[in-house]
Amino acid sequence: MLKNWVISMAKEKDFPLIFDMSKEGRKGYQLPELDVPDVDLDADFEDEYIRKEAPELPEVSELQIVRHYTALSKRNHGIDSGFYPLGSCTMKYNPKVNEEIVRLPGFSFVHPYQAEETAQGAMELMYDLQTSLENITGMHQFTLQSAAGAQGEWAGLMMIRAYHESNGDTERTEVIVPDSAHGTNPASAAVAGFKAVTVKTNDRGLVDLDDLKRVVSEKTAALMLTNPNTLGLFEEEIIEMAEVVHGAGGRLYYDGANLNAIMGYARPGDMGFDVVHLNLHKTFTGPHGGGGPGSGPVGVTEEMAKFLPKPVLTKKDNQYTFDYNRPDSIGRIKPYYGNFGINVRAYTYIRSMGPDGLKQVSENAVLNANYMMRRLQDEFELPFDQHCKHEFVISGKKQKKLGVRTLDIAKRLLDFGFHPPTIYFPLNVEEAMMVEPTETESKETLDEFIDALISISNEAKEDPEIVQDAPHTTVVSRMDETLAARKPVLKYEKE
Amino acid sequence: MQHRYIPMTETDKKEMLDTVGVTSTDELFADIPEKVRFHGELNVKPAKDEHELTKELTQLAAKNVNTKSHVSFLGAGVYDHYMPSVVDHMISRSEFYTAYTPYQPEISQGELQAIFEFQTMICELTGMDVANSSMYDGGTALAEAVNLSAGQTKRSKVLVSKAIHPESMDVIKTYTAGPDVEVVEIDVKDGLTDLDHLKAELDDNTASVVVQYPNFYGQIEPLKEVQELVGEQKKTMTIVSSNPLALGYLTPPGEFGVDIVVGDTQVFGIPAQFGGPHCGYFATNKKLMRKVPGRLVGQTVDDDGRRGFVLTLQAREQHIRRDKATSNICSNQALNALATSVFLSVIGKRGIQEMATKNMKKARYAKKVLEDAGFEVLYSNRFFNEFVVKLDQDVNHVNNQLIDKGFIGGFDLGKVDGSLKNHMLIAVTEIRTKEEIDQFVKELGDIHG
Repeated sequence: MLKNWVISMAKEKDFPLIFDMSKEGRKGYQLPELDVPDVDLDADFEDEYIRKEAPELPEVSELQIVRHYTALSKRNHGIDSGFYPLGSCTMKYNPKVNEEIVRLPGFSFVHPYQAEETAQGAMELMYDLQTSLENITGMHQFTLQSAAGAQGEWAGLMMIRAYHESNGDTERTEVIVPDSAHGTNPASAAVAGFKAVTVKTNDRGLVDLDDLKRVVSEKTAALMLTNPNTLGLFEEEIIEMAEVVHGAGGRLYYDGANLNAIMGYARPGDMGFDVVHLNLHKTFTGPHGGGGPGSGPVGVTEEMAKFLPKPVLTKKDNQYTFDYNRPDSIGRIKPYYGNFGINVRAYTYIRSMGPDGLKQVSENAVLNANYMMRRLQDEFELPFDQHCKHEFVISGKKQKKLGVRTLDIAKRLLDFGFHPPTIYFPLNVEEAMMVEPTETESKETLDEFIDALISISNEAKEDPEIVQDAPHTTVVSRMDETLAARKPVLKYEKE
Repeated sequence: MQHRYIPMTETDKKEMLDTVGVTSTDELFADIPEKVRFHGELNVKPAKDEHELTKELTQLAAKNVNTKSHVSFLGAGVYDHYMPSVVDHMISRSEFYTAYTPYQPEISQGELQAIFEFQTMICELTGMDVANSSMYDGGTALAEAVNLSAGQTKRSKVLVSKAIHPESMDVIKTYTAGPDVEVVEIDVKDGLTDLDHLKAELDDNTASVVVQYPNFYGQIEPLKEVQELVGEQKKTMTIVSSNPLALGYLTPPGEFGVDIVVGDTQVFGIPAQFGGPHCGYFATNKKLMRKVPGRLVGQTVDDDGRRGFVLTLQAREQHIRRDKATSNICSNQALNALATSVFLSVIGKRGIQEMATKNMKKARYAKKVLEDAGFEVLYSNRFFNEFVVKLDQDVNHVNNQLIDKGFIGGFDLGKVDGSLKNHMLIAVTEIRTKEEIDQFVKELGDIHG
């Protein structure tokens, strides 16, 4: 009885859905009046094409909507709410001015099919952004068409495929991916029609050059590499790796997820990469938006440029135009010209920082990461004891022996007001915690986070339950993810 | 020099270098081989302060004609609709827009619930069982659907109506190159997919049939007949790309028994933004639930029995399944899905019908005024808010003159179909006034001569 009562009390705390507030006859909209003669639409359609039942959309007032979404926003943690050291995601400050610039009517309300002469400002911005990215990465030419990193990876691999095919090289069916790579790498390889082949990481956390030599062959289309890699370590043998892959006729693909570590210090183009994608929503502050939209421009060497997706933005006599006449192009990868709104933000950011600022970004991102790593190395196991770049990986192995898993530590961090690091990734480190502070965080914030992690580790020794049962202060406690997957409820059903 | 986005002071730097045990940050970059070290200055423009940069970019933006400066009759996949101001206010809550993918559900219930509501609304509109948390846009959502159908049916041919958006067709062709799926284009007759041609091509190697509803010319495809045809080939799927606003009036594709419905929710409160970001949606029947690309939010309970939401069925996704994933998609268009949810909450159950029918009525008025002025309007009256009008001269030339009169003219169909040279695709939405329509037709008539 008591248990039932407790459950029913708890149930009362269910946060309402917008559908729960709906009441017939209420409305939150006001459309322009019909100022043209009314006509009988139904007369033109067979009955079976006319919708009979209205979609069950909520009927709510404007204030109810504002209250609902404001309340939802309070149940969400963003960078503006607090520290967000999610490794490989580069959760840096998203400047407010970017949001203002993108909302200028001349950017926000431009139609992609307007005559080019009427959109020169937008095209100039895109061209200038392309040029900036070319110079930052040392690549010959960029396209802004890809919507996100994963789409950039796939488009880049399609270009590599086209490159090999243009050489009559049709037997190159494999793409080599390190075991520490992001999941999108092998997935993109598969979608582009390749087989993903794994190359191992050595005991220093770097690609094992001998293993690379072993897996590379006349079947190799490309090696996909993140540098610095997902352990936050720079692939020191990059020149040798490039020689191995190029020597076998393969191409080198750069996953730019971790570019924040090396701006102004090194450029993928100088390392031998043939194709590069960047995540403008990471290094270049396009906000992550709760999971998107992103933008994943792709840059290539001169010999690969003819395969770029079409259209290609070109400049001639100070006029910008989209070139569709690209016979070797892999084709169109997305409607229109990419996620322009994110590109505007990235451009605003680059112009706010300038060359010195961008270099300082990487310098401080790297110093912040190294500082945190060193302050944490006594309390947590550090699998690779060397200077890191913009992020580092520690292991919760010691704490696991005490019955406290990395997942528990992550959940306990929520009680301290922090978003946890990326956990259980990369896959080649047990109980991994991947920490990326970014350059926009102050030393005070880093210290608070470090202190919290150390005190959680102490709790693991003294009072493990408090960690195992965490979080204690969030609007909901731990979720039953097994139930969610076993009995999927993916939409609201009216009772 | 200190930048306002970077908080590190000289004192901080010194203390941190001491902790790390190095004397300068350069030592931290010593692992980059000298041969690939970059020693120059990055060739990007020098930094500008906020005021100067805003001034410069405001001037740059002012070079672009836009739907605030001009009255637009241009659609062709991107539309000028009612934009309730609450939408932008809600998505500007920085707890939403500065968050990452909701991997930690306890501090992401806001985003997760908003997506759950989005999935529900998409299912309601399309008549489907399952909707995901969003795709990049309608075009790539359609291409992913095509690849899904090939994988699911283990067949290698798809029949795609030429009356879909031409850029969607292009994207399908690029996407199908990877898995090596053959795309057969089905002809158009009188503005509709030629069902005889479709029937002739349909065979037991057909993975799916793809149509758009309403199609690129604004015409409503006979989905019932398409579905009946497809039904003759047991495993073949029907994939429908649909402007979701039209589903406020039209019978949702789900009711005809189709397998996948995709499209773009740009029509629901998302600005044109020179083509993106918009927001793709992806809805399927229950059978395909575990094949859906991208993220899905599911309802569950927490340890205390409270309702809550999590990312679920993740065994489909790249971060778990790597090369065996159903798609490589990772980032999606979550913030625009949120905008869609807010918009659909604003417009509601009755508003969606009112908005859809107002589009149709205003478009019919525009058609009539054009016909009265002597223009030929093609195809039947079974259209949504777009139709094709024949001009006596090059559409681009006409549009250039219209700009000077304060109008953004319609889409030049000659650019995508040689047989439709001098034909303009005109979109009329609920926010066009009678006065604007009358004036537009008058200007067109004057140019027409």
